[in-house]
Amino acid sequence: MSTQKKGWKEIPLGGACWMSSTEYKTGDWRSYKPIWNSEKCIRCMLCHIYCPEGAIKHDTETNKMIYDFDFCKGCGICANECPTQAIEMVQEGKE
Amino acid sequence: MAKVEQKIIPLNGDSAVALAAKQCDVDVVAAYPITPQTIIVEKFSEYVADGEVETAFVCVESEHTAMTCCITASATGARTFTATASAGLALMHEMLGVASGCRTPIVMSVVNRALSAPINIHCDHSDAMCERDIGWIQIYAENSQEAYDSIIQAFRIAEDLDVTLPTMVGLDGFVLSHTLENVAVLPDEAVKQFVGIRQIPMVTNHEGKLVPFKLDPANPLTIGPLDLQDYYFEHKRQQEESMRKALDVIKQVHDEYAEQSGRSYGNGLVEAYRLEDAEIAAVCMGSTAGTVKTVVDELRANGIKAGLLRIRAFRPLPVEDIINNLSGKKAIAVMDRACSFGGNGGPLFHEIRHTIYDLPDKPKLVNRIYGLGGRDIPPYMIDCIYKELQKIAKTGEIERMVQFIGLRE
Amino acid sequence: MSEWKFTSKEFAQTEEKFLAGHRACAGCGPAIALRLVMKAARGPIIATNSTGCMEVVSTIYPYTAWKIPWIHTAFETAAANAAGIESALKILRKKGRIPDEHVDVVAFSGDGGTFDIGFQGLSGAVERGHDFLYVLYDNEAYMNTGIQRSGGTPHGAWTTTSPAGSVVPGKAEFKKPLADIMVAHNMPYVATASISHWKDMVIKARKGMEVNGPAFLHAFAPCPRGWRSATEKSIEIARLAVETCVFPLWEAEYGKYILSTPSKIIALKPEKKKPVDVYLKTQGRFRHLFKPENKHVLEELQNEVDRRWQKLLKDCEMN
Repeated sequence: MSTQKKGWKEIPLGGACWMSSTEYKTGDWRSYKPIWNSEKCIRCMLCHIYCPEGAIKHDTETNKMIYDFDFCKGCGICANECPTQAIEMVQEGKE
Repeated sequence: MAKVEQKIIPLNGDSAVALAAKQCDVDVVAAYPITPQTIIVEKFSEYVADGEVETAFVCVESEHTAMTCCITASATGARTFTATASAGLALMHEMLGVASGCRTPIVMSVVNRALSAPINIHCDHSDAMCERDIGWIQIYAENSQEAYDSIIQAFRIAEDLDVTLPTMVGLDGFVLSHTLENVAVLPDEAVKQFVGIRQIPMVTNHEGKLVPFKLDPANPLTIGPLDLQDYYFEHKRQQEESMRKALDVIKQVHDEYAEQSGRSYGNGLVEAYRLEDAEIAAVCMGSTAGTVKTVVDELRANGIKAGLLRIRAFRPLPVEDIINNLSGKKAIAVMDRACSFGGNGGPLFHEIRHTIYDLPDKPKLVNRIYGLGGRDIPPYMIDCIYKELQKIAKTGEIERMVQFIGLRE
Repeated sequence: MSEWKFTSKEFAQTEEKFLAGHRACAGCGPAIALRLVMKAARGPIIATNSTGCMEVVSTIYPYTAWKIPWIHTAFETAAANAAGIESALKILRKKGRIPDEHVDVVAFSGDGGTFDIGFQGLSGAVERGHDFLYVLYDNEAYMNTGIQRSGGTPHGAWTTTSPAGSVVPGKAEFKKPLADIMVAHNMPYVATASISHWKDMVIKARKGMEVNGPAFLHAFAPCPRGWRSATEKSIEIARLAVETCVFPLWEAEYGKYILSTPSKIIALKPEKKKPVDVYLKTQGRFRHLFKPENKHVLEELQNEVDRRWQKLLKDCEMN
C-alpha cells in the first residue's frame, strides 16, 4: 500500500471501522479458478450457499450464476459440491 | 451559596453512591457483590424492586462480566454504572482497558480495598493503583458527601464529548463505605438537569456516513476491531488526548456543580488546605486527608506552618496544580496507601516526585506508606510525620526517604 | 416453531450481511456458518463476536465485513457482550429513547471461547434469560492462535498442544458434551447443526432468533487449515460427521430432545450409520490413528461416538 496512512487526528474515535471489507480484494489469493458450465447447471444454488465468501450470486434476470473473481479464493467447495459437476477448478492463468 | 435546596440525610458512603447513581437516571447497572461495595448493589436493587428507577439491573456472574456488560450496554447507547473493589477490580482488569479503548463513558464506584493475598477486606488504595495506566479517569473522595457529589459529576465528565472515557470514583472501604455521615442530597430534578441526557459522539462508518458512535441497526458500525502495528499507536494517542482534555472538563464540571450545591473541593483536581504559606505539607488522597486536616489545624494553632495537598483527580494527573502548589515548600511527605513492591516507594510518591523534578526550588520529598489492609492511621502518627518534616525543613537532611508508618517492625 | 419457508432460489436472494473481502482461509467452515446464519436474519440485528478466527478475519482495522452493527470486546465475552446489548436495548426501548422495534442479538464464538474460557459467561447469560442467540462455530481447537486443543477437540485429534507423539497419541480427553450441558440449563432452545446441512442450520438459526429468551446453536464447522484437510472438502467432511454420528443433529426445547431429519434417518435405518474411519480418513489430524499401535484410540473413539449416539436416541425416545 503506497498511500500515506492517516494520523491520529484523522481517524474516527474509538477504533470504529471506516472501510468495508469489500474494498479488500481477496481474489488474488487464488491458485485455482472455478469455471462455470451454464448448460450442466441446474440452478440448485448450492454453490451460492456454500461459498465462504458469498462470491457466487444468482442473477435472477439472466438466470446466470455470477462469479465475483475479486473475492473468490479458489477453495473449490463449489466444484466439489456441485451435483452435476457444472463447475471445474482450473489452474489460475490456464483457463 | 448553593442555588439548590438540599436535604441532609444520614447515609453511609455506599448508600450515598447508590443514591447518586439512582438520581442520575442510569439505564443499565451491572451488579456483582464484593465487600465493601455490597451495599451499593443491594440498595440499588431495592430501588429497582420498588419501581423507583427505570434501570436494567443485571446480576451478572462475575465482575469481569459486569464490566463487559457495561461496555456493550454503553456501546448500545445506555448510561451505565457498576461498582466493585479489590479482587473484583483486579478481575475486571482486562475489560477496563477495553472500556477505555472502546470509549465507553461508564461510571464505576471503586470502594478501595486491599488486594489479595492474603485476602483482606479493608481499606487501602492498592486496587485502584493497579489501574493507573489503563485509561480510566480516577477521582478519590475524602468523605461520603464527596463520593455522592463525585458520582454525579462523573457522568458529566465521562460523557463529555471531549472526553468520552470511563471514570472511576474511589471511596475508602469501610472507613467511608460503611460509616454514617450527614450527606446533603440534591433534589432529583436538580441532578437530572445537571447530568442531562447522554451525548454520543459522531464517527464515520464503513459506508462513509457520519453516524452516532453506538450500535444501532439504522446506522451500522463496527466497534472493537483488530488493530495491527499500523493503527494501534494512533488509537492510543487519541485516548491520551482525551485524558489531557479531561483536566479542564473535571474543573468545569466541578465548578458548575459547586454553583448548584454550594460545595467545592479545591478546584476539582486538587484541594489545597492551608497550603499557601505552608513550609511543610503532606500530600495524600482519600479519607486520610480528613484526619490530616485535623492535625494541620492543631499544628497551625501552635504556630507551625503546616498544610495539606489533597489529590482529588489522580488520573489525569494534575501536573500544573501539583507544581504550583508544592513549589517553594521546604519539605513534603507524600502519603501512600499503597506500595509498589520493589519500586522504591508508593505510586503517589512516584507521581509527585516526577512532577516536581524540574522545579528549581523543589521541596525535599519523602514517602510515608501507611494504612495497608485497613491499618488505622490515627492523628498522632500523622503528627509524627509533620515533626519529621519540620526536622527535614530545618536540616535539609533526609534520614529515610521511604518509610512505613504504623507497621510493627 | 418457525414458520419460515423458502426455496433455495429465494434464499439465494437474501441479503449478505457478512461481506466478502474477509480474510478467512480458503474453504473456511466457520465463515460459511457465519455467512449463512446472517442470511437467516429476520430484521434489525446486532451481532457480537468473541476474539477468535471470525472476529479477526472480519475486522482488520479499518476494514469490516459486518454490514450490520457489531462489537467485539474480549475472548471470553461473546455471551456477556450479548447480555449487555440486550439489556440496553430493552431498557432504552422501555424508556422511549430508541424506536420500539425488536432487534435480534446474535453472539458468535468459537469452541475456544465457548467450551473453555467463555463458558462461565455463557452459562450466566442463559441463567439470566437474556433474549439472544448464541452461535458456536465449532472447529474443534483454538484455531486463531495456531491450532491448540480446546475442550471441544475430539479424542485422539492432533493439535499443537496435544500432538501425536510416541507416548501420547493426540488428545487424551473426549469432547466436552457442551450442547447437552446447555440443555441441562433448561433453556428455551438448543440445537446442533452442520454447515453441510445448510437448510437445517439456517432454519435452526432463525428459530433461535425467534425464541423469546436465550437460544444456543452448536454449528459444526470444519477448518481445513487445522484439520489438515483439503479446502474443497469442508462441506463433505461436515456431512460425514453427521453420517457417522460423530456430530448428530438435534434440537431441544426446554430439555426435550428432538432428533433432526438427517440423524433421524440413521436412527430409523441403523445400517446407514457409517463407521468413524470414513470421517477420520479425510483429515490429517487423525492420520496417526491409522498406525497399528494407535488402533486402541480408534476403538475408543468409535465406542464413545456409539455411546453418545445411543444416549441421544434414548433422550429422543427413539431407542
